[in-house]
Amino acid sequence: MEYSERLQKMSVIGAAGKMGSGILLLTAIEMADTSLLPENKNKHFVLNAIDVCSECLTGLMEYVKVQATKIAEKKLGLLRQLYADRADLIENFDIIDQYVWDVLKIIRPSTRLEATYDSNIVFEAVIENPTLKTKLLSQVKQNASENTWFFSNTSSIPIAELDKSAGLDGKLIGFHFYNPPAIQKLVELIKGENSVDGLEEFAIEYAKKLGKIVVPSNDFAGFIGNGHFMRDAIHGILETQNLAKEMPYTQALYAINSVSQNFLVRPMGIFQLIDYVGIDVCKYIMSVMNPYLPDEDLHSDLLDQMMELNVKGGQNSDGSQKDGFLKYEKGRPVAIFDIETKKYVNIDSFSKDVDQKLGKLPQNSIAWKQTLRMKDKFDKLAIMFDEMMQMNTLGAEIAKKYMENSRQIGIKLVNMNVAKNADDVNTVLMTGFFHAYGPINDYLKK
Amino acid sequence: MKLRKKIYLTAGYNTIALGTGRNEFNPKKARPELEDYIKEAGQRVLTQIGGAKNIDEGVIANFMAARYNKQGNLAAFMPYIDEGLRFKPATRVEGACGSGALGLASAFRSVLAETAETVLTLGVEVQNTYKAVYGADILALAGWFKMRKTGHVYFFPGQFSDRAGSYYEAYGFDYARKGFAQWYKNAIENARLDPTAQEYHNTVPNLEEQYLKAKPNGKFFVDHLTVFDCSKVSDGASANVVASEEGLLKMGIDKKDAVEVVSFAQVIDDITKLPQNPLELTSIKKAAAEALKDAGITIDQVATVETHDCFTIAGILAVEALGLAKPGEGAKFVAQGHTARNGKIPMNTTGGLIGWGHPTGATGVHMANTIWQQFTGKAGDAQITITKDKPYGLSINMGGDDKTVTAIVYKKIF
Repeated sequence: MEYSERLQKMSVIGAAGKMGSGILLLTAIEMADTSLLPENKNKHFVLNAIDVCSECLTGLMEYVKVQATKIAEKKLGLLRQLYADRADLIENFDIIDQYVWDVLKIIRPSTRLEATYDSNIVFEAVIENPTLKTKLLSQVKQNASENTWFFSNTSSIPIAELDKSAGLDGKLIGFHFYNPPAIQKLVELIKGENSVDGLEEFAIEYAKKLGKIVVPSNDFAGFIGNGHFMRDAIHGILETQNLAKEMPYTQALYAINSVSQNFLVRPMGIFQLIDYVGIDVCKYIMSVMNPYLPDEDLHSDLLDQMMELNVKGGQNSDGSQKDGFLKYEKGRPVAIFDIETKKYVNIDSFSKDVDQKLGKLPQNSIAWKQTLRMKDKFDKLAIMFDEMMQMNTLGAEIAKKYMENSRQIGIKLVNMNVAKNADDVNTVLMTGFFHAYGPINDYLKK
Repeated sequence: MKLRKKIYLTAGYNTIALGTGRNEFNPKKARPELEDYIKEAGQRVLTQIGGAKNIDEGVIANFMAARYNKQGNLAAFMPYIDEGLRFKPATRVEGACGSGALGLASAFRSVLAETAETVLTLGVEVQNTYKAVYGADILALAGWFKMRKTGHVYFFPGQFSDRAGSYYEAYGFDYARKGFAQWYKNAIENARLDPTAQEYHNTVPNLEEQYLKAKPNGKFFVDHLTVFDCSKVSDGASANVVASEEGLLKMGIDKKDAVEVVSFAQVIDDITKLPQNPLELTSIKKAAAEALKDAGITIDQVATVETHDCFTIAGILAVEALGLAKPGEGAKFVAQGHTARNGKIPMNTTGGLIGWGHPTGATGVHMANTIWQQFTGKAGDAQITITKDKPYGLSINMGGDDKTVTAIVYKKIF
């Protein structure tokens, strides 16, 4: 079966979720674009959007409509060519409307898993729960044709095990998008054992058509992305507990969050990132990964405590940030959760003191946002970190330790053979986590 | 044709040209709407002339409110300006981006026909209701709709990009871009002197460098032009009063606060045809020549020109069409600074369509207002000196790609 033929029948399970909706959108666009090519004019494309939540599917269709419109507005040159033979489509208005309809009409929203049974590709993007994933995938497998292939968006579960537990006979591939899938460029591709012929090739072509950068990861729990993130998070938590010996816990947490963002030139601080991903999700990923790591303990009591108090972070359905370690107003952190009093303490009430204790940023420091459009960002970062090396303020010391730890995590991932090489680790962090630079670097070597 | 009686133009008013570039513009926030602009410009004219009772007739010039604002029958907005205009005659005229000057021509004719002594002439357009990709569709209606299907996503930039491409091919890319860059620089620098201009807040230090650094790229826009070559997407209105001598008396306006309209020429070309010669703005050439001839003057007697620079290339080609430079030498003429505010013949002294803005239906009226401001000492920081040996001004307003052109010659009253 060639690419476009296989693409004709696909399903996304968990399509209305945070990851699923992005995967569905990108796939629907890819299917529509393929269907518009002259050679595919008579082919029929179907994308089943499966989710347990019926209302969410309604919201999903609205989301796809809005996003498809934006996408159409940006590629009108191409669309005018694709619709050149349609005499009735003249204005940009007409062409955009038709394109959005051509995307929407491919999608079949349903709450019934049965709808997936005649698909060539079934993409699961349900919550990170091995039991649930196994149950769904095996049910589809038992009812689908021999030719059906399976994609999983798992960010941590070993693919070979999932393949085995669901009885997929090497027809499962790990295809891990980063959040949000429509924006983040990275896909981690994980081949299981005895992977069937053609599956990987198809996955690579599909990823490229979606405009993604593919980094292969070995089939080890957590893969490259979470392999780094979870260890990095544990480091942040330990550093916070360490610093809390010298200052109140909330202030220590603020300090570590602030250093990991500003001194390390990252898009957000470590606790904001944990909130963004969801404290529950992080805890879950750690629990999936931990059994595979005999010489490490990837676990945090702090995350357990937060979960017990039902402070979970994550996002509301409109994409806004829920409160977690930090409390947010218009997307900006304004307070820190105090685990003792179970109340948020305003950042304003102590930030000046803590900032003073941390000390100033290097004079040559740059903000993460500036690096986005900087052509010589690596040179500028080198200058900044050179200066930071000479500093012995509290902030600089924490930052240096943080960077070194992050670097060691990266090297470990290569040594453990999770990543093929340092470049792959760096690509994952830069394209999946939007870091300005990769963790395996020489900035602090001198 | 020589005019059978004297016509004057007075009491000009321009709203700000609102759109990207203005600090107060935020596409996500509510903005003044079509009727707000009509009211503001209309009322500010009426207060200068003793009120609505002194107006005999109204003209509203507008290109495409039916699509930008889903509004037709615009003439009936005249009484919304002032109740005193109820039950008076009013007309709406449309000639794409040349609507404004068509409105003025309509007013001139009423005064010449002696069916009115005073005509309130108002041009208006509110374009920011749609994103650029959709606005491109609406503006494309200035061309033949049957050409839309095969045209560019951005139809009119596509048309003028083709003209620019021909110009590069004939005379050289770098040579041409240097002239275009100077045109752009003049436009922004002049706009910085007029508080109503869309580029009034522009503070970019080196405009020429900024212009030349941007390279045309068909993948993102059109093949031969960049965003700096284009006029603005603007909301705004401009208005004034066209009057006979009796009309001025009735309004109590001193002649020193008016300009004389010496001649006007209106030229139309076939909308179903592509330009015969992409290197020439033929209709502009004919309209300008006819207007100058009717005024009994030559271009050397013209102190300042307002020309329709919807794109830099249109500015350069207009310089050539006016006979200020030979074909192919317009870019040099501009690069040498001859059209700058301190040059031989200052053009677009408040920024033109690229600097002041281009609320399409209002532009022709705005051009007349700029010349009126310059000739009555009301141009503020943008004021240039007009001397008795060169007392004339010329405006050229164009609809479509050289299809609906009106040239007007004005004279300063000393």
